[in-house]
This record gives sequence, C-alpha cells and structure tokens, in this order.
Amino acid sequence: MSAAANRPAVKGPSAGRRATGRRTTDRRAGRSPAFGRPSSLGRLAKAVVLTLCCAVVVVPFAGILATSLADRAEITRAGGFVLVPHGVHLAAYRAVLSGGVVTRALVISLLVTAVGTALSLAATALLAYGLSRTDSVGHRPLLMVVLFAVLFGPGIIPSYLVVKQFGLLDSYWSLILPVMVNAFNVVVVRAFFMELPAELLDAARIDGAGDWTVLWRVVLPLSRAVLAVIGLFYAVGYWNSFFNALLYLNDTSKWPLQLVLRTYVVNNTSLGVDQVGASGSSLPPQTAIQMAILVISLVPVLVVYPFVQRHFGKGVLTGAVKG
Amino acid sequence: MTAAAPPPARRRSLWQRVRRDRVLLLAALPGVVLLLVFQYLPWLGNVIAFKDYQPFLGINGSPWVGLRNFRVIFDGDPAFVNALKNTLEITLLQVLVVFPVPIALALLLDSLVSERLKRTVQSILYLPHFLSWVIVVAVFQQMLGDAGLLNTFLRTHDLATVHVVGNASVFKELLTAQVLWKDAGWSMILFVAALSRIEPGLYEAAAVDGAGPWRRIWHVSLPGLRGIIVLLLILRLGESLTVGFEQIVLQQGGVGIDSSEVLDTYVFNNGIQQGDWGTSAAVGLVKGLVGLLLVLGANKAAHRLGEQGIYQR
Repeated sequence: MSAAANRPAVKGPSAGRRATGRRTTDRRAGRSPAFGRPSSLGRLAKAVVLTLCCAVVVVPFAGILATSLADRAEITRAGGFVLVPHGVHLAAYRAVLSGGVVTRALVISLLVTAVGTALSLAATALLAYGLSRTDSVGHRPLLMVVLFAVLFGPGIIPSYLVVKQFGLLDSYWSLILPVMVNAFNVVVVRAFFMELPAELLDAARIDGAGDWTVLWRVVLPLSRAVLAVIGLFYAVGYWNSFFNALLYLNDTSKWPLQLVLRTYVVNNTSLGVDQVGASGSSLPPQTAIQMAILVISLVPVLVVYPFVQRHFGKGVLTGAVKG
Repeated sequence: MTAAAPPPARRRSLWQRVRRDRVLLLAALPGVVLLLVFQYLPWLGNVIAFKDYQPFLGINGSPWVGLRNFRVIFDGDPAFVNALKNTLEITLLQVLVVFPVPIALALLLDSLVSERLKRTVQSILYLPHFLSWVIVVAVFQQMLGDAGLLNTFLRTHDLATVHVVGNASVFKELLTAQVLWKDAGWSMILFVAALSRIEPGLYEAAAVDGAGPWRRIWHVSLPGLRGIIVLLLILRLGESLTVGFEQIVLQQGGVGIDSSEVLDTYVFNNGIQQGDWGTSAAVGLVKGLVGLLLVLGANKAAHRLGEQGIYQR
C-alpha cells in the first residue's frame, strides 16, 4: 500500500526514459527572421496566463505566512484571513514551539525523516549497485524482484497484516521499513550507475580496487546528482507521510506532524492551553496558530527544495528505465 | 579486496561466480529482503479474502468460507457499486481535465525566449508537488472554505458567498482542482523535456513555409509530443481504479460517503475501520488483479502502438 501511495510522486518521471540531450543553446537565440515579429497581443496573453499560474501557487503561501504572523486585532479586521501583514507577531510560533503536541510531533517527524532518508538512500544505492552489472550471478531474478515491485504494490489490508505480524504496530519503524526501499527509485539509480563511463570503473579495477572500493571511491562520488534527487524524494515521502502513521500508530502521542496538522488544521480542532508548553493563560488566535503549524510543516521542504531543484530534468529523472 | 577477475575463458562453476560477485550480492541483500517482506509477502495475506478473518483467531485459525466474501462484487452490493461508480467518474474527470493542462503549460513555457524566466516559472510550478496532501487540503480550505480567503472577500464586498469545501455536489470537481494545483506543474516536466528534443530547424522550416505560431504548435510541437502523450495516457488508463486515496480520506468527513467513497477508501473504511476484513480483502484483491491486468494490457498497447512501454527500453 505504501508503495502505491508513493508512486504518484514519481509517476511523472517514471514514464520518461531517455536522457534528454539538453539543448545547448536556446533555439531562438539567433531568432530567424522567418518567425516574424511576435504580436504584442500574444505576448500580453502569455504574460497574463503565466502570472496567473504562478499567483495561484504563490498567493496561498503568502496569505498563510501573513496570517501566522498577525495578531488578534488584525485577524478580526481582515475577517479571518490576512493577505498583507502589518507588523510581525511571533506569538503563535512561540505557543506551538514551546513544548506540547506540535513540538513533540515536529521532533518525531524530523527524526523519522532523517533516519528514514539515510537508511533509504543506503539501501537503494547498495541494491542499485548490486544490480548494476548484467553478468553477475543471479542478476535477472533479482532484477525481476525489483521491476515487479515497481508495477504493483500490495493492497492496504495485506500490508497492514504484515506490519502487524512483525509486531511493528505503534512502532516508529512502521513508518520507515515498509517504504524504505522504493523499487522505482532503485531503477532510476541503477540506470544512472550503468551510464557511468565503463573506462573509469575499469581503470579503478586495474589499479587493484575491489567492488567495494569502486562503489565507494568511484561510483558514489560521481552520482551525487541522482542521489540528491532520490534523497529529496525519500525525505519528502517521510516528511509528508500521513496515511501510514494513521494506519499503524494508534498511540496518538507518537503522531508525526502531518497527523497533528490534520487534527488541528484540516479538522479544525481547537488547540487548547493544555496542548502547548507555554504557561501563559491566553493563547494567540486559533487562526494564527493553525497557520503557524502549516508554515512549520512547510519550512523543511522549502529549505531543501532549491538545492535539489536544479537537478530535475537534467536527465537524472528523465533518463531512467532500462530492462 | 580482490581484484575483479579477468573475463573467464571457460565457464566457471556457480560457486566460483558467487565468490566473484559476493560484494554485489551482499550489497543487494538488504534491499531485496525489504522488498520481499513488504511488497511480496503481503500478497500471502490475501488468503483472508477466502476466510472469515477474526483478528483474535489469527490468519491460520480463521475458518475458510470459499468465495462468500466476493459476493459483494458479484451481487452488486450498493456500497460497493457506489464506490466503483465514484472511482470511474473521478478517473474520467481527471483524464479529461487534468491530463491536457500540463501539455498546455509545457507548450507555453517552451515558447518563452528567456531561459531564466523559464527556470523561475518551472521552479514555482513544481513546488506544490512536494507538499503533502494534508497541506494541500488545508490550503484549499483556507482559500475556498466558508471562512476562507475567497468567501471573506465576497462577504466584505456584500457579494454572495460560494459553498465549495464540504459540498458533496462539487466534491469531485474540488478533488480535480486539488490534483491540478498539486501536480500540473510537475507533470509538465516530461513534456518540457520532450519539447526540448525537437529539432529547432523544423520550426524554422515551418516558419519559412508560412506557418504561424499556432500552426507550428500543431504541426511541429504536438507531433513531437505524440509518443509521450500516448504513453502517459495509456498508463493513466491502466491505473483507472486508483484515485487519490489520501486526498479523499482527509476530506471524506465533510461530504459523506455517497459522493466520496472510492474503491480504496471502501477497503479501508469497511475493513480496517469496521472490521469486515474478509470482504474488504476480497475487494482489494480483485481491484489489485484487475489493476494488474490493466497495467499489463496498457503496456502491451503502448508497445503495439510503437511506443516504449514502462519496463522495457
């Protein structure tokens, strides 16, 4: 089930296989006179559509951030949602980060994400390396194990039963082990490893390097881009994981941030003084608190995203699947 | 560390090959074990589709009941039929509405001259893909909900408010809008890559022959995208029975079962929530098998149309 839940995340790139051969120069850089002058109406229309598309993404974030920083008077004046902030009030952040439900969930989510991503990357890179030489013993059956897992994950109920049989219910490992190796990611990394110039690997072997040394000294250092992208996928998967936690963790004190977000933001449950660590008797407005939780859950993604984003579409993702 | 042996002049025994490849085998081991345990072992759990599973009796202790659990499917139990109907309706809506948008966006983006502007727009449009469904649903509530940004604006300007979030009659449209917001930008990535592979000379030749911008899109860009469009469309159809599970689970409370139950939520609600394990496992099993057939069939169709499939170059 978890694999199925994960799959849409990589479905886009999954279908594109071949390295893209990026355009080296912009094809209209030396714009041929044959194209004629672009009409100003057309350019205006393009600008409007693009601006609208970007606004639809950006405006909600701006509003959420502004509201999380607003005080009671301002929220009342705006009728609930503040789009343009006047002044910065950090009371909502202080309330949710000073201990209590949200702080605990944040720590849990950070730990699960860090440990999970590290283990996932290690297991994925190792498996991909193990499958990267087509003449190795057992290559075909092992590859089949991976490829079939790309195509179909098991259903919700059988997955639940397996996790239960292994005694993982209510354990943080239930959030990691079932999704630790994503077969599609293995295929992507393997394809990348196989594209590495064979001369380099051969040269290392001639110099006396064994398979471990080749992996550690040659393959991994050359594969930083693909590992960064796959690492982002895993990290985002762990950070965003909501349904597995709902399914496998009955103990609400173990809930990660996404479930807390669901409780207090989506389901609109009020967060009381009991749920925060602050001793003060009055809380900032609920709307501000809700938006602060939302912002906190967004920050890690926004921090990592720019560093990895430039690798998208550089053939790392679009150059994947090979039998 | 042993140096890799030179290519064998004669066949080696299996043991020798295992020794030679022991590092590779050892490296593959943890991942393979995890896949076997969490991706393959669960298929055995499907035996409860043929049993009257009681958690306290365990899988082995529960009595066999033959095909009784499959009756909801063959007798057309209303709850099951409703879930199936909703699933197919949502799939249809998403194929018609969600599928073309990334193509249009990619064409628009490709027509920009400035690489820098292109990259900026791409970065912004990819972003929502990395947000969880919880966040996306929360964002939509804050924007379109009864106390959200839109209705606040309408109210302060004495206009009629709109009831979108929690309204069963537009639930499927809301789901579609959320999928668009979250993934349209990301789905664009493949089309952008395909467009960048089109030979620039083709555009120039078309322009010299008097083709305007629209005709260049029609006669050069779209043919260049045909392969990927066919492939993705077929793959999407192969997944017809799977629609936004997390997304729906999050919002089901507000709109009720009638308009929101799909096959996956039916399995979850009926089985894990209400304890009707056998029936749910049966529905899940049939859904999995039909889904498998659809994926394999879709892949075959892709090959037949001269396109690359999903698991073959």
